[in-house]
Amino acid sequence: MRRTFLLILMLATLLSHATTSTAQQWEDHQTFGNDTARVTLRILSSTDAAYLAPIITDFVAPYPDIQVEYFVTGTAEIYDLVLQDPSAFDLVISSAMDLQIKLVNDGFASRLEDISAPAWTQWRSSLFGFTAEPAAIVLNKAAFAGKSIPQTRQQLITRLRADPAMFQDKIATYDIRRSGLGYLFAAQDARSSETYWRLTEVMGALGTKLYCCSAQMIDAVADGQILVAYNVLGSYAAAQYAHNDQIEIIIPDDFATTMMRTIFVSNKADNSEFASAFVRFLLTASARAPAPDTLRLPLLTDQNGEDARRMIPLEPSIMIYLDRLQRRAFTQEWESAIDQ
Amino acid sequence: MSDFGVRDGSQDTQNENVAVAGSLRRTLMISLVGAALILAAILYIVVRSYAAQIAQTTQDRILSASVTSILDAATIRNGALDVELPYAAFSILSTPADDRFFYAIYQDGNFLSGYSDLDYLPLPDGQMHFESIEFADAPVRIAVGARRLIGASGPVTLNVVVGQTKESLAGVLNRIAGHAALLGGGFFVVMTLFSIWLTAVSILPLTRLAASVHRRGPEDLRPVVSPVPGEMAPLVGSLNNLMRRLDHSLNQSEEFIAEAAHRVRTPLATVRTYAETTLQRVDKLENRQALRSMVRAIDESSRAAGQLLDHAMITFRADHLTKTHLNLSDLARELVRSMGPIAEMKDIELTLTAPKDVAVNGDAILLQNALRNILDNALKYSPPESSITVTVTDNPATFRVQDQGQGFPTAEINTVATRFTRGSNVAGVIGSGLGLTIVKDVATAHDGTLTLNNQPGGGACVELSF
Repeated sequence: MRRTFLLILMLATLLSHATTSTAQQWEDHQTFGNDTARVTLRILSSTDAAYLAPIITDFVAPYPDIQVEYFVTGTAEIYDLVLQDPSAFDLVISSAMDLQIKLVNDGFASRLEDISAPAWTQWRSSLFGFTAEPAAIVLNKAAFAGKSIPQTRQQLITRLRADPAMFQDKIATYDIRRSGLGYLFAAQDARSSETYWRLTEVMGALGTKLYCCSAQMIDAVADGQILVAYNVLGSYAAAQYAHNDQIEIIIPDDFATTMMRTIFVSNKADNSEFASAFVRFLLTASARAPAPDTLRLPLLTDQNGEDARRMIPLEPSIMIYLDRLQRRAFTQEWESAIDQ
Repeated sequence: MSDFGVRDGSQDTQNENVAVAGSLRRTLMISLVGAALILAAILYIVVRSYAAQIAQTTQDRILSASVTSILDAATIRNGALDVELPYAAFSILSTPADDRFFYAIYQDGNFLSGYSDLDYLPLPDGQMHFESIEFADAPVRIAVGARRLIGASGPVTLNVVVGQTKESLAGVLNRIAGHAALLGGGFFVVMTLFSIWLTAVSILPLTRLAASVHRRGPEDLRPVVSPVPGEMAPLVGSLNNLMRRLDHSLNQSEEFIAEAAHRVRTPLATVRTYAETTLQRVDKLENRQALRSMVRAIDESSRAAGQLLDHAMITFRADHLTKTHLNLSDLARELVRSMGPIAEMKDIELTLTAPKDVAVNGDAILLQNALRNILDNALKYSPPESSITVTVTDNPATFRVQDQGQGFPTAEINTVATRFTRGSNVAGVIGSGLGLTIVKDVATAHDGTLTLNNQPGGGACVELSF
C-alpha cells in the first residue's frame, strides 16, 4: 500500500516535471539551416526526422534567414503540448488524425485560406493531409516461401486457420489500448467490414502478440520472431527494409485502411507567414508525381490501389474515436475478441 | 418627337400665366415607385427572415437527429450506463463549410464524456431544446436532449448536448440574402418600369385634351366630344359649359355692338338733318353760327360713335377672324367709288392705280373698315384742290394712300396710331383719334404691317401691306 502510494507520488512528480519543465524529453530534435538565422520555425512532429529532413533542407536552402527546429515526440504528447502552450510551436505534424482534428475543432489552428487543396485532404483550410499511408500486412518471407501469399483478410483468415500450429504466438498487431493509431486503424476496419472481427477472433485464438509501435513489429517480422503483423504502417516497413527481402508488405486487396499525416499552423504561431509558406511547400511537394526524392512518404496522389483505399475521413466525425465511452465500449469488444 | 415638342410647347405657353402647384405625373411616379421600394424591401426582409428560419430549422433538425441517435445508443449494461456513440451521430454534422462541433454527455447531471465546459441544461424526458450560445469563440447552435433509463439501481437520466458552429448556416444565409436581394431588386425594377408606363397612360388623356384644346382656332368654341376617362368628365363638362357660355356671350356682344351702332347713329343723323334744315331757315348770323357749330359737333359725335363701335367690333372680330379669299383691288375700287362724292365736294382729285387681281386672305368687313379709315384720314387732312393717290400692288399685297396734306409730325410718327392719340397739327379737323388705331389693329389681326411716312415733296404716305 505504502509502495503504491510512493509510486504514484513519484509518477506524479515525474509527470508534473515533464509537463512544466522546459527541458522536454524529445525522441529527436534537429535543427536545419543557418544558426544565425533571424527567424526560427518550430515544428512539433510525430514523424521521424529522417522522413522529412530532405524537404526541410530544401525549404530553408533559399532563405538564409530561416532556421527550422524539428521536435519529434509521440502523438498523445503532441496533443498535450499544444493544449499547454499553443504559441510554443509554429507547425504541428501528426499521424493521429483524430487528435489533430480535435485540436483544429477546438480552435488551435489558423486558417490558410490561400491554400487550395482537395476537400478530402483538408479540413477548414486549417488541417492538411500530405501523405496517404495504408495499413499493411507484413509477412516474414521465409515462412511463406513456396506457399501462396494471402492478398485479402479472408485469405489470411483461411491461411491462419489452415496451419494454427505454425502461427501460434507468431502473430502481431497494435495494442489499441496503447496506440492511438492502432485504435484508429482497428475502429476503421470494424466500420468497413465484419471480416475484421472474425480476423481478430482468429488472431486472438492464436495468442497474438500486442505491440505499441509499427517499427518494433516490423523488426520482429524481419528477424522471424513474428510471421504475420497486421495493420502495420506499410510506409515505415518499406522505408526500413527498402533493400531487404526478409519481409513482404501486403496492402490488402479487399480494402486498405489508409491514414493521412496531417499538418496545421498554430493560431498562436510567431511566424505564421513562414509557417504557411512551409505548408504550401510541403503540399506542393506531396502533390508532385512522381514523388520527389525529398519526400520519403507515400504521396496523396499515389495511384496504387486507389480503388481499395479506404481513407480515414479528415472530418470532425473521427473525433468519435476519442470519446471516452466510445473507446471503452470498443476496447471491451476488442479485448473480448483478442484475449482468449 | 414633334408630338412631344408640340405638347411641351403648349404646356409652356399655358404655364406662363397659370399658377402651378405640384405635378400629377410626379405625384404618381413618387407614390408608385415609393410603394415599389417599400414592397421590395418588405419582400427582401420577409424572404430573408423566412429562409433564415428554414435554414435554422434544418440545422436544428440535424442537431436533433444527432442528439437522438446518441440518446438511443444508451443502454444499461451490468447496472452501469453505457453509451456507444454511433458514428452517424457525428458524421451527419459534416458540412460543406467544415463547421466545428462540440458535444457533451451527462449522467444525472454529472459529466460523462465530450466537452466538459459545454453548457448543460437539465431537461424533462423527451423534450429537445435549442439555443444559440457562444462557445469556443464562435457562435454555436446547441441542441439538448434527455432520456430516462430504468436500471436495476433505479432510474438514470441521460443528457446529451450537441453544438455546431454556424458557418455553413451563415454561408447559406448569405446566398439566400443574395437571392432575396436579387428578387427584391428585380421586383423594384419591374415595378418602376410598370409605374412609368402606368403614369404615362394615366396622364395621356389629360395631355391629349390639353393639346386638342390648344390646337383649336380662336373662333372654335365647339364642345369637346372625344371620349375621356370618367374622372375627367366633370372637368370636360365644365369646360364645354364654359365654352358654350362664352360662345353665347360673344354672340350677344356682337349683336349688342350692331344694335348700339344702329341706335346711336340713327338719332344723330336725324338731329343733324333737323339742324341743317333749321340752318337753311335761319337768317340771323349768330344763330347760323351756332347751328353750324351744332352740326359740327353732331358730325364729331356721330363719327366718334361710329369709330368707337368700329373699334369695338374690330377688337371682337380680330379674335374671331372670318377669313375669306378677297381681291384687294376690288375692295380699293369700291372704296374709291364710294368716297368719290366726298372728294369732289372738297375738289380733291382721287386717283386709283390697281392691277386686276390682288389676292388677300382676310376678314372682308375688317379690311373694308381699315381701308376706309386710311382714305378717310387722307381726305380729312388734305387741303382743297389737292390730289390723293391710291395704289394697290401685289407681292406683297399692299394698299397705299398718298396725299398732299401737311403729313405727320415727325416726332409723333410712332405714337399717332395708338388709341385716342391725334397728331398735334390737326386741331382744326374733326377726329376721334381712333382711325389709325383701327387700321393698326386690323393689320395686326391679319399679320400685316402699317407704315406711316412723310413724302419728300410733302404729304403723308400710309401703307398697309399683308
